[in-house]
Amino acid sequence: METKNIMIVGVGGQGSLLASKLLGHLLLSRGYDVKVSEVHGMSQRGGSVVTYVRYGDRVCSPVIDRGQADFIVSFELLEAARWLPYLKKDGVIVTNTQQIDPMPVITGAAQYPEQLVEKLNATGARVDAFDCLKLAEEAGSSKAVNIVLLGRLSHYFDLPEDAWMASLEANVPAKFLEMNKKAFQLGKNS
Amino acid sequence: MSNHKELMLGNKAVARGLYEAGVCFISSYPGTPSTEITEEAVKYDEIYCEWAPNEKVAMESAFGACLAGRRSFCAQKHVGLNVAADPLYTMSYTGVNAGLVIAVADDAGMHSSQNEQDSRHHAIAAKVPMLEPSDSAEALAFTKEAFEISEKFDTPVLIKMCTRVSHSQSVVETGERNVPLKTYEKNIAKYVMMPGNAKKRHPIVEARTKALTEFAETTDLNRVEMGGTALGIITSSTSYQYVKEVFGDDASILKLGLVNPLPEKLIRDFAARVERLVVVEELDPVIENHVRALGLEVSGKDLLPMVDEFSQNLIAETLGQPVPDFRTLDEAIPPRPPVMCAGCPHRGLFYTLKRNNCTVLGDIGCYTLGAVQPLGAIEMTLCMGASIGALHGFNKMLGKESEGKTVAVIGDSTFMHSGMTGLANVAYNQSNSTIIIVDNSITGMTGHQQNPTTGYNIKGDPAGKIDLEALCRAMGFERVRVVDPYNLEQCDKVLKEELAAEAPSVIISRRPCALLKYVKHQPPLTVDTEKCIGCKSCMRVGCPAISMKNGKAAIDNTLCVGCEVCSQLCRKDALVSHRKEA
Ligand SMILES: Cc1ncc(C[n+]2csc(CCOP(=O)(O)OP(=O)(O)O)c2C)c(N)n1
Repeated sequence: METKNIMIVGVGGQGSLLASKLLGHLLLSRGYDVKVSEVHGMSQRGGSVVTYVRYGDRVCSPVIDRGQADFIVSFELLEAARWLPYLKKDGVIVTNTQQIDPMPVITGAAQYPEQLVEKLNATGARVDAFDCLKLAEEAGSSKAVNIVLLGRLSHYFDLPEDAWMASLEANVPAKFLEMNKKAFQLGKNS
Repeated sequence: MSNHKELMLGNKAVARGLYEAGVCFISSYPGTPSTEITEEAVKYDEIYCEWAPNEKVAMESAFGACLAGRRSFCAQKHVGLNVAADPLYTMSYTGVNAGLVIAVADDAGMHSSQNEQDSRHHAIAAKVPMLEPSDSAEALAFTKEAFEISEKFDTPVLIKMCTRVSHSQSVVETGERNVPLKTYEKNIAKYVMMPGNAKKRHPIVEARTKALTEFAETTDLNRVEMGGTALGIITSSTSYQYVKEVFGDDASILKLGLVNPLPEKLIRDFAARVERLVVVEELDPVIENHVRALGLEVSGKDLLPMVDEFSQNLIAETLGQPVPDFRTLDEAIPPRPPVMCAGCPHRGLFYTLKRNNCTVLGDIGCYTLGAVQPLGAIEMTLCMGASIGALHGFNKMLGKESEGKTVAVIGDSTFMHSGMTGLANVAYNQSNSTIIIVDNSITGMTGHQQNPTTGYNIKGDPAGKIDLEALCRAMGFERVRVVDPYNLEQCDKVLKEELAAEAPSVIISRRPCALLKYVKHQPPLTVDTEKCIGCKSCMRVGCPAISMKNGKAAIDNTLCVGCEVCSQLCRKDALVSHRKEA
């Protein structure tokens, strides 16, 4: 099997490390070779962050390059746009529509582009955009955006729901499990 | 846990290797991307771990522990090895008792570093072997092997990590712990490096390098993967993974796991079996120069860049392979640089420095973000501790012209690391300098490690606590002031007084990092839109929680921690506090 590539992008502090941990656990449990690459340190301070998840028979490079991502899972709309060049021609962008202004926009040095979902669609990319923050809050915590996104991503995978749930159970603290399960379902059925 | 397959971060795999190799002592100083090695190792109760004040002390402590007969280890980032270079270069002469292994993590691409230096030069210059894993499984295996080499060849051994190996998870299989112990024996000729003894040790070092070169010819740390013979690639580390991704079995590969010393015969034999020879290595042409010195025809840096990290597409394009098409958006995407967090105690201090038009000689830590707009308040950052030395030299040359408006800003961890000696110099050689220690009670930038000023050790248990005020006074500073950076008026007043004073002074700007678990946050502020006139005064502090919506200030209530630095700038009282008194 050819290596499959999932990129998780967002703003430092949004919880992308849990999403990649969960995906890694899930894919390993399905018998794939897996590599997950994260960046720690400086860029976590509110900067643009990216995590790579790759799986297949044998995965070599830990990173995903331009034109290679089967999925870009984005916590924030501008970040989805930033990483578009990494999407495979027939790849899918699954993105939160939440907008977080970067400092150059806050200071007025730059503008947050308008109508990004439409513009992304216009490039011919497949875009699945929805308000994850609303669903996360409905599930019980604004922090569950990551799990809402994974619920949505699960649509595109031919994996039994049990397997997703098992990875959820293995990776989130017991006291948040019910809330996260709800977030997963809300994302999946949205 | 034995013989169990799991997905593991490269750094955690090193920690697992340390556990299995029977390591008893670890002393490190944090630095991205090396930090998690020690943070993971401390989870094993069998290993004594600590954070040292800096890399030099860490390495010397690990050396002492190895002399005592226990396998020992220290980890640091690439620039940390510069700080620890002094003990390293002479430990090469003394050799070890029990095994001593040193991890150094490079950062090609400078994800979190001030330079892009290639640590292999240290291995060559210090004449110590260096192993370079390319994924987590190798990180674990090489760590164990490094201890065998250390004891067999009587030498400290370097393990070179890099961001992509340190911070990638891949599959590893774990094993059991096995603890070989040695006893300490007095040996002045071996361990006291004064000229007479060192003269006798140097030839031993040269002989050891010869023996290690022989070892390099046959060890399975180095391996040949024969494939197509039109192209032969010599590579190591993460570059090997990119090469393998692009070529699979279409090219032949000599993968080096021992990158110092390099083999000769192995390389000649490989070169003879392929038509064209290319070296693929990040940063400097270390392997390439060695291959050239053997008189072989080879490509490398004539094709590949000397800067930044590599990737599969870069290798493919350079070596004539196809790369995939991609889509682009015809739109300016604003950058998203890292920023000080909402509620960061550094913000109020930098705002004050900017308002007073200070020239700030900075240092390394979260507070380096004081250089970013809209604060833009730092004018120099070099290496850890440099702020104080630089301020001293600056003031000595410019005198009155600079003394009244120039300061050094240094964090608590950085001050302990290498600021104290700079301070001693100011006290001794008497420049009229104002040094500001930004004490947020933690090593913030690298992800919250304890340090000698916090009162806690690596496990979070109570530990010795250095009293910064007493320390500064003991060095001879009569003017030592403490301010709360959330209180702008106080900061402004004290800064003005200390800049005006005709004596060296220290200002300690003290408030714990807003991300620390024990720090209680206040409810988010709200904006009274009747009162807000949209003057943007509050935006001058560059807080990510504040933006303008429809001509009025808006506060993101998921980010705001109620620090009230912004509201002190509002002349219309439009930023409303909901403070709960304790
Ligand atoms: C020689 C060296 N070792 C380690 C590092 C990594 N590093 C960068 S800043 C820093 C410490 C920051 O802590 P502190 O001075 O307390 O400032 P804070 O980030 O908390 O504001 C470290 C360890 C480095 N850059 N150089």
